Amino acid sequence: MYRVRLWSVRHSRQLEWIYGTFNPLLVKLLRGTVKLFGTRLDKPITKVEAVAKGFFFDCKMCGDCALSKTGMSCPMNCPKTIRNGPCGGVRENGHCEVKPEMRCVWVAAWDGASRMKGGDAIKSVNFAVDNRGKGTSSWLKMAREELGHD
Amino acid sequence: MTERAVIDAEGLNPGDPLPRLPDHVSHGRFERVLRAGHFAVSTEIAPPDSADPEEVLRRASLFDGYVDAINATDGSGANCHMSSLGVCALLTREGYSPIIQVSCRDRNRIAIQGDLLGAAALGVCSVLCLSGDDVSVGDHPEAKPVFDFDSVSLLQTVRTLRDESRFLSGRQLDLPPRLFLGASINPFAPPYANRVDQFAKKVAAGAQFVQSQYCFDVDMAREFMARSRDLGLTEQCYVLMGVGVLASAKTAKWLKSAIPGVHIPDAIIKRLEQAEKPKAEGRRIAVELMQQLAEIEGISGIHVMAYKQEEWIGEIVTQSGVLQGRKPWAPTHLTHIKQPASA
Repeated sequence: MYRVRLWSVRHSRQLEWIYGTFNPLLVKLLRGTVKLFGTRLDKPITKVEAVAKGFFFDCKMCGDCALSKTGMSCPMNCPKTIRNGPCGGVRENGHCEVKPEMRCVWVAAWDGASRMKGGDAIKSVNFAVDNRGKGTSSWLKMAREELGHD
Repeated sequence: MTERAVIDAEGLNPGDPLPRLPDHVSHGRFERVLRAGHFAVSTEIAPPDSADPEEVLRRASLFDGYVDAINATDGSGANCHMSSLGVCALLTREGYSPIIQVSCRDRNRIAIQGDLLGAAALGVCSVLCLSGDDVSVGDHPEAKPVFDFDSVSLLQTVRTLRDESRFLSGRQLDLPPRLFLGASINPFAPPYANRVDQFAKKVAAGAQFVQSQYCFDVDMAREFMARSRDLGLTEQCYVLMGVGVLASAKTAKWLKSAIPGVHIPDAIIKRLEQAEKPKAEGRRIAVELMQQLAEIEGISGIHVMAYKQEEWIGEIVTQSGVLQGRKPWAPTHLTHIKQPASA
């Protein structure tokens, strides 16, 4: 939801804390789950991620989550899905050139990042997403990466 | 006389690549001008709505002797025109040094990498990486937007092709494309404070030169350049500031409202409104902007955008004096000796 998404950017610092605290636990839990169940629980886990992140960030399930590096503003909500924004077309009021009613996702991202402890991560260069990951879970990806298999 | 004989008698075929100088990434004249420390001038050609090669050359000839490089736009404003690759191929045959604009809107990574190799094979030496305008603002709003890359990923890709001599897949190239790598910047749109960070990201991704959106606000440019210098960006990347030629106050207001990201101070609009001859005033403003921008430390050139006023570019560049008496390369009579000899 758009308004919740804006709230998330305003509270990027708190969300960063929550992420930093609970993400290792979540990954640990998922690692155990993956070990025990293989891919059998992928569908429900993916669904939970989609609902939770969908509510807070209008997550598009790109499968390559960058929220912690983009001020808690999901770059896939940019009409051009720019991963290193903003583009040059931001309106004077900070809104999107394609969707004038929407605040530019990347204006929000830099704003959110400025509140975060690790906000400087936004300055690192991101490469384009792997389109094969569309619709898959970033959480499971992290768990599997730590297990050393994809 | 055969074409070869003409070349032997009269010198290099204008379409032949120049030798690559030490420490240069490309064979191109544009990189040479910048690296030699000259103040450069670039402009853009409006690709025709036509399959006529002569029309491209006619439009390019308006810039002869006044510019160091010509940007060939890639469906600018998401409107359909002759392709930037086509325009560039026609221009390199005559010896011009075009900058191929590549937008991420219409092609995915397979098409773009292929086009970059093709462009380099056709003699293109410079590339400008853009995200591109959204399809919704153009004349085919029903089209499918691609955006497989953004401008920064595109920069990284060209750098991989050129410096690592491989496709993104890892497959090796027999000969890498020798491209001088460029990007765009817009210091005149929000988030103002982070525009220099965005510039830094583009430099980190491989940008060696940048061309800016229209600059009508010299104070903003000055501040942006000061911050760029602080980050050491001007030592790694040449900055060409964009200068536009406004035809009237009406055009200025239209640009300001219809093209997001274009910032025109009210003072400029007022000047145009009060001028007896708005067109001449618009050109005078462009000349003044060029002169003021050329004074700012770290600015290496000007990118003039004079849509539908291209015939005035020579006069504007001359009056500004930014070339300091230097005359950029232009084709000579050799350009039209393309007929193969019958003997």
